[in-house]
Amino acid sequence: MMYPNFTSDGGQALWTISIAAAANLACALLGCYLLLQRMSLLGDALSHAVLPGVVVGFLISGSTSSSWIFISAVVVGLLATFLIQLLTGLGQVAEDASIGVVFTSLFALGVVLLVAYGSRVDLDVDCVLYGLIDYAWLNTRPMFGYEVPRDFLSLAGVLGATLLFIALFWKELKLVSFDPRLATSMGYSATLVHYLLMAMMALSVVAGFYAVGSVLVVAMLIVPAATGQLLSDRLSVTMAWAALVALSSAVIGYYGDLRFETGMAPMMAIVAGAEFSLALIASPRHGLGSRAFHRLSLALRIVSEDVIAMLYRHSEADPQAAEAGVSWRRCLVVAGGGWLGRLALPLLWWRGELRWTGGGRATLTDAGRARAESLVRAHRLWEAYLGENFELPLDHLHEPAERLEHYLGPALLEQLASELRQPDLDPHGKVIPGG
Amino acid sequence: MSTVQGTGSELPGADAVAVGKTPSAARQATSDPAPPVLDIHDMTVAYHRRPVLWDVDLTIERPSLVGIVGPNGAGKSTLIKAVLGLVPLASGKVQLFGQPAARQRQLVGYVPQRESVDWDFPVSVLDVVLMGTYGRLGWFRRPGRAEREWAMECLRHVGLADFARRQIGQLSGGQQQRTFLARALAQRAEIYFMDEPMAGVDAATERVIFSLLRELRESGKTVLVVHHDLRTVPVYFDQVALLNMRLVAFGPTQQIFTNDNLRKTYGGRLDILEAAGQALADERRSV
Amino acid sequence: MIAYNTGVVLAGASFLGASSGLIGAFALLRRRALLGDTLAHAALPGLCLGFLAWGERSLPVMLAGALASGVAGIAVVAVLRRFTRIKDDAALGIVLSLFFGAGLALLKYIQTHAVGGSRAGLDHYIFGSAASMIAGDVKLIASVALVGLAAVVLLYKEFRLVTFDAPFARVQGWPASLLDFLIMLLVSVTVIVALPAAGVVLTAALLILPAAAARFCTEWLSAMLVLSALFGALAGASGTMLSAGGGMPTGPMIVLAGATIFLSAMCFAPRRGILARALADRRLRRRIDDQKTFLAFQRLRVPAGAAGMTFDALRSEVTFSPGRLRRALHRGEREGLLVGDGATWKLTEDGHRRVASLARAQRLWRAFLVEYPDLASTFADLDMERIDEVLPTEMVAELEKI
Repeated sequence: MMYPNFTSDGGQALWTISIAAAANLACALLGCYLLLQRMSLLGDALSHAVLPGVVVGFLISGSTSSSWIFISAVVVGLLATFLIQLLTGLGQVAEDASIGVVFTSLFALGVVLLVAYGSRVDLDVDCVLYGLIDYAWLNTRPMFGYEVPRDFLSLAGVLGATLLFIALFWKELKLVSFDPRLATSMGYSATLVHYLLMAMMALSVVAGFYAVGSVLVVAMLIVPAATGQLLSDRLSVTMAWAALVALSSAVIGYYGDLRFETGMAPMMAIVAGAEFSLALIASPRHGLGSRAFHRLSLALRIVSEDVIAMLYRHSEADPQAAEAGVSWRRCLVVAGGGWLGRLALPLLWWRGELRWTGGGRATLTDAGRARAESLVRAHRLWEAYLGENFELPLDHLHEPAERLEHYLGPALLEQLASELRQPDLDPHGKVIPGG
Repeated sequence: MSTVQGTGSELPGADAVAVGKTPSAARQATSDPAPPVLDIHDMTVAYHRRPVLWDVDLTIERPSLVGIVGPNGAGKSTLIKAVLGLVPLASGKVQLFGQPAARQRQLVGYVPQRESVDWDFPVSVLDVVLMGTYGRLGWFRRPGRAEREWAMECLRHVGLADFARRQIGQLSGGQQQRTFLARALAQRAEIYFMDEPMAGVDAATERVIFSLLRELRESGKTVLVVHHDLRTVPVYFDQVALLNMRLVAFGPTQQIFTNDNLRKTYGGRLDILEAAGQALADERRSV
Repeated sequence: MIAYNTGVVLAGASFLGASSGLIGAFALLRRRALLGDTLAHAALPGLCLGFLAWGERSLPVMLAGALASGVAGIAVVAVLRRFTRIKDDAALGIVLSLFFGAGLALLKYIQTHAVGGSRAGLDHYIFGSAASMIAGDVKLIASVALVGLAAVVLLYKEFRLVTFDAPFARVQGWPASLLDFLIMLLVSVTVIVALPAAGVVLTAALLILPAAAARFCTEWLSAMLVLSALFGALAGASGTMLSAGGGMPTGPMIVLAGATIFLSAMCFAPRRGILARALADRRLRRRIDDQKTFLAFQRLRVPAGAAGMTFDALRSEVTFSPGRLRRALHRGEREGLLVGDGATWKLTEDGHRRVASLARAQRLWRAFLVEYPDLASTFADLDMERIDEVLPTEMVAELEKI
């Protein structure tokens, strides 16, 4: 396995990665707006629908790097947007169906044009699937004394335009994405902003066409933005994450292709997908894995607190028996009896809050006793509070307190205690420890 | 705990009137007869072969608190949207302060229905309120420190200053509604249109909204509120517009909100009418 | 005289179109039109894995693989939308593009390593090739089409209920989830069977185009199903013929044929078509303009024979643009209701009658809204002038008295 370095391969790695990165970035940044406006499918549609525009552009200019391609693609992209709106508006077709109708038809037209005339400009169906990136670094022109690939120049231009667009219209885009009605009532035309966005989208979709071909553009539009959305609640941060995914998939995609020979475009999609899955599982707030972990640790805490509270009450009832401890089986029953309990008991022991007294019996350590005291204090204070404020029968006090004891913070406990004038006994006549 | 009701705090923007930037204040200086706040003439709106509003004439002469009331499908929201230019008119014209409504957008504040936006959107509460200032900023200009401070003041006024940095999805329904109100305040409008601001909010929020409406009126603003709860109409509004595809009646609540007019608006649905009539009787007793 | 082979292909393509048209109608109504697209794209990796596992091109194995990975893709969509903050649309896009990317990677791998012979067989699955269809394939397609048809005929009532209102179906005690799943299963199998002929990228169009076209033409589900199947068969057959003639990939040609059908239906369908709607909208607008213009005459109170109304006088009475007023006046002249000399207009005998009937209709209409406000929104095509026809005669008689 050989990793070519930037000097020995004639700039292949550097330029290929740069071209892919420029395209991915433009797509990822605009993709954030697609996600915000719940228009991912429109992005999907646009990426397919610009194909006839691209082919016509190729045919007009006769080469693979010409502004004609971008111009005709933007025209077709806007046409597709308009058609979809026409179908949903005047035709009253459901939105997803109109999207499906428009993009499949235009895409089919593009493929037919490609098969019929593509050979004239050295364009075949494979570039719809894999993009044009493999040999893009070879077609160069001199610039500032360097040989710079033509495609890099045009895609960097698209990226620059995208960045400028977002910077200029940051406020307007945010407003229209969030509340188009308010925008219109203020005099910002939501329709105008929508079409501007779609024109920019068509530009970057063409850029994406160079890098990953027309089907996988969707991956570059949506997946980085969705990753960002999982990792942040702020638009700017979401965009930064999306950009990071876009860049890293260009770099890793290139070397991954060298290693596995899967084509760079699919490899970039796979890398972006892997990063998305990672965010899906491990995102601190919205990840599946971290949410499951939080739930599990909360459940464990409640179960183990139930166990130490039981041990405390046991030793309170009979200090002599405390030394002997409580049987492992009884602890397990208090802990719900399931696998959670089997996990909670060793955990308590490992944290030094519980020790085994031999014969499979357990008792509290000093640390465990301290924690149990504050728990039992919370429980009994709450019982006292309920008993004083809501004339409930005595046997109705335990249940709510049992549930709430795990959630009462020290501040709230102090408030309770002072409101009850620092009581010593709960309504059952038991001592409220601590204080 | 921060609350607003009963604080008697100065409404943000009350100074704007005093400065004399607004049309009403400017005209008072020259002692011209002030043009009506809102003048709707012959408004007809049709969606796909189906007329929704017919020949609505509605003139609000002086600033006041106006409730728009009518059964489902009566075109209440459509009326507001047509004034704001969100739906096209089949015929008719709308003037605000003597000028076509399209030229007076800066004087208009809007509170849409709460469900009309995506509350999962990655913006903070402060960002949303800042959006209220966009109308005056115009294209390309960004909100600066002055707008930020102003937005914070509006947030403080609805008692949400502590939540400024929160993502909007983390608010309760009532807090979301108050965020929308703060955004409308940030618009520094002269006339506000609110689409069911009290729908689905808790009683506390409803009180907050109500006291805000009062304050707005006292500082010389006009507020039109689409409202669904007939029982509270006599309590909340100075004037009421009864709407059912056409304008059934408009005028001071005490005169207009009668059993007869309500029957003309709602038909024979007596349960509602009785409740409303009872509310009206209570209100009259208390006056 | 059609050659045997062409006949086979044609029959296959027609069956394909008909069955996807039929099943697609339910997918469209259930708002699942694009789920088929995701499913088809997500089938590619399974197809390639099937190829890798078997070595040779073996249709059943590859289709089984395709079905498995397609259904896995749909399952991932369901998980994303159920358990994460990823929205529906994004979930579809993510699964579609990532599965397809994985499929392309496998395809390239197979190509470069020439695993199990040539790649030519697999390549066709991207854009479809009906030309290589053999009698066995047609039998498979036909049997799937028949199973689909049988299911729809047997479960017509149930499918209709579930596509219209699933929660209600559940409350009534129908196994709504099972029925829903059955529809999805039919969609999946139809898509998978269509893959070799129509291709991964464009198969979804077979589900959407005929159904969407049929939706324009009728307001009845049963008619829509029949039409959709017919349109599908027509698109399949004509697309295949065109592609065989010009050496084009079959998938795009079928889609273009379907798109032509769709466009025609959309433009020219009676009632629901765009043209019909635009005309109806224009008629309504003109009618409103006319009514307001004539009522303006009434408000200005011109006795018959008096001097005509000037344009400016009328202009001050209506709120629409001068151009629209002028056109309304011209219409009045053409219909013999008005006579004008370009500057002033007055009513003819017929015109006076029209004004009188309008005034009466307006009076009735107002009386109706006052007396029966709760009924106002129940008359879908409430038109002031036709109030006589819309309302029951007794009601009109009662309103007359007021």
